[in-house]
Amino acid sequence: MANLTEIRWHGRGGQGSKTASILLGKVAAKTGKNIQAFPEYGPERMGAPVLAYNRISDEPIFVHCQVTEPSIVVVLDPTLLEVVDVTEGVPADGTIIVNTEVETAKIREKLGFEGGVYTVDAYGISTEEIGAPFPNTPMLGALIKATDLLDFDGFVVEVESEFKKKFAHKPEVVEGNMNSMKRAYQEVKQ
Amino acid sequence: MSSKVALTGNEALAQAMRQINPDVVAAYPITPQTAMVQTFSQFVADGEVDTEYVTVESEHSAMSATVGASAAGSRAMTATAANGLALMWEILYIASGTRLPIVMPVVNRALSGPINIHCDHSDAMGARDSGWIQLYAENAQEAYDNAIQAIRISEHKDVLLPTMVNLDGFITSHAVESLEILADEDVKEFVGEYQPENYLLNADNPIAIGPLDLQDFYFEHKMQQAVAMGDAKQVILDIAKEYKELTAREYGFFESYKLDDAEVAIVALNSTAGTAKAAVNNLREAGVKAGLLKIRVYRPFPAEEIADALKDIKAVAVLDRAESFSTNGGPVFADIRSVLYDIKANVEVVDYIYGLGGRDIKVEEIESIFNDLQEIIKTGQVENRITHFGVRQ
Repeated sequence: MANLTEIRWHGRGGQGSKTASILLGKVAAKTGKNIQAFPEYGPERMGAPVLAYNRISDEPIFVHCQVTEPSIVVVLDPTLLEVVDVTEGVPADGTIIVNTEVETAKIREKLGFEGGVYTVDAYGISTEEIGAPFPNTPMLGALIKATDLLDFDGFVVEVESEFKKKFAHKPEVVEGNMNSMKRAYQEVKQ
Repeated sequence: MSSKVALTGNEALAQAMRQINPDVVAAYPITPQTAMVQTFSQFVADGEVDTEYVTVESEHSAMSATVGASAAGSRAMTATAANGLALMWEILYIASGTRLPIVMPVVNRALSGPINIHCDHSDAMGARDSGWIQLYAENAQEAYDNAIQAIRISEHKDVLLPTMVNLDGFITSHAVESLEILADEDVKEFVGEYQPENYLLNADNPIAIGPLDLQDFYFEHKMQQAVAMGDAKQVILDIAKEYKELTAREYGFFESYKLDDAEVAIVALNSTAGTAKAAVNNLREAGVKAGLLKIRVYRPFPAEEIADALKDIKAVAVLDRAESFSTNGGPVFADIRSVLYDIKANVEVVDYIYGLGGRDIKVEEIESIFNDLQEIIKTGQVENRITHFGVRQ
């Protein structure tokens, strides 16, 4: 499966890494891709390091094992860089996208990673747009910009439609999430 | 018109239950089945189904209420996992012995203790002798398709046995995957209106259900159950054929994947079969004649058909995701080796007990099992008949 893309999400319990992986999967599925989206279930505690995964392919996906060599890694919380090796299993030509205020060159150096390193201040963006530091939707925008995984305009339309379903009981949060995703798409840096 | 959707296995099964629209569902939540009955209960609350949803205080009560509802003449379903299935144990036998066509998704999870919420097959394998038909599924699509077919299989007059629709906990139940779901009206038409022949609430023909049955008739009733389990085989094939006309998706007792000219083969159930397909593909590219037999129907056990499919293989590895503590291999291994013995096939069969408590099994690990099989062919020696694969020593 040469066209299989595997993604690993690093977050902390409660930050929405699972939600982000499922949202990405559902939207990719709408574009005709075959997808998987699944979190790693451990002891579920708010704030503990957690993982979620995606597989996206033009071909049917058979494998049901964990993702160990993701070509794309998304880090939802900068303090995870101190406790988790987010580069584990990532090939040298892979891409790592980190939510941080720190400049990209310093993160690249810290990771010691030769591939693509991208950064975006997802906490800052979501605090301004949503009113609280929810990093998952901005990181989706940054992910699409960094990887060209899907066409962004189409992505925006589908995410908005998913949000309108998901937040039918609190529609006021949709706009802030959409804005933070679009801003992160613009502001992510290499 | 079917539609392509991205759903978790639990959501897919909840959709199947919505489309089946059973008269009664009595269920108790347990990880990793919870999201299935929770989603379904929302359909009940939203009036999308006509189902009477009975909230109960335990799985023993869930199965008891389902038995009562089914005996009364309604189409009744429940769903469970792991310890919940264990708590149903007593009533599982009453459901099958009373010949009630209950359909129950089972989200396969390790039995405690030690306490563990992740996938293995110790729950369903323990229930393999309870007189229920058991179907297994590689992914959410197959679990959805099996649930719809199970209604017809169980309710067929030649069968009248309950069916467990198995899917892997978390791996299938909680992963979002692409699948096709049928149009509501197609499912409605396929499962049809439930018309039981004999039932408690039939005032025109009052009967007793479940009375005392001692030395005089119990054995005959068990014999009838065994005959029905045998007769279920043809029914399963007939319904699969009808389902294929609707969906173009093909189902049988098992799937033979690149098995025709294979020299080495793996037998597996559920999601691991998908991972094994990737291993088979890699080995085929490297010139190894590898194949896979993925069991869909485990009870009744399609003995002759499996024997026929494996008879020309030189070495077979059975993957068992349950430790039966027999000290003689896992349950699937025992069945497979037994049928090959009967036909005096010249094939070595070895067992790999793997993945207990959700331990992952990767493509390259399955490739290493195929390598072991090639070594057996080369040397003619079986070093380890039973291997606990991926366990730390």
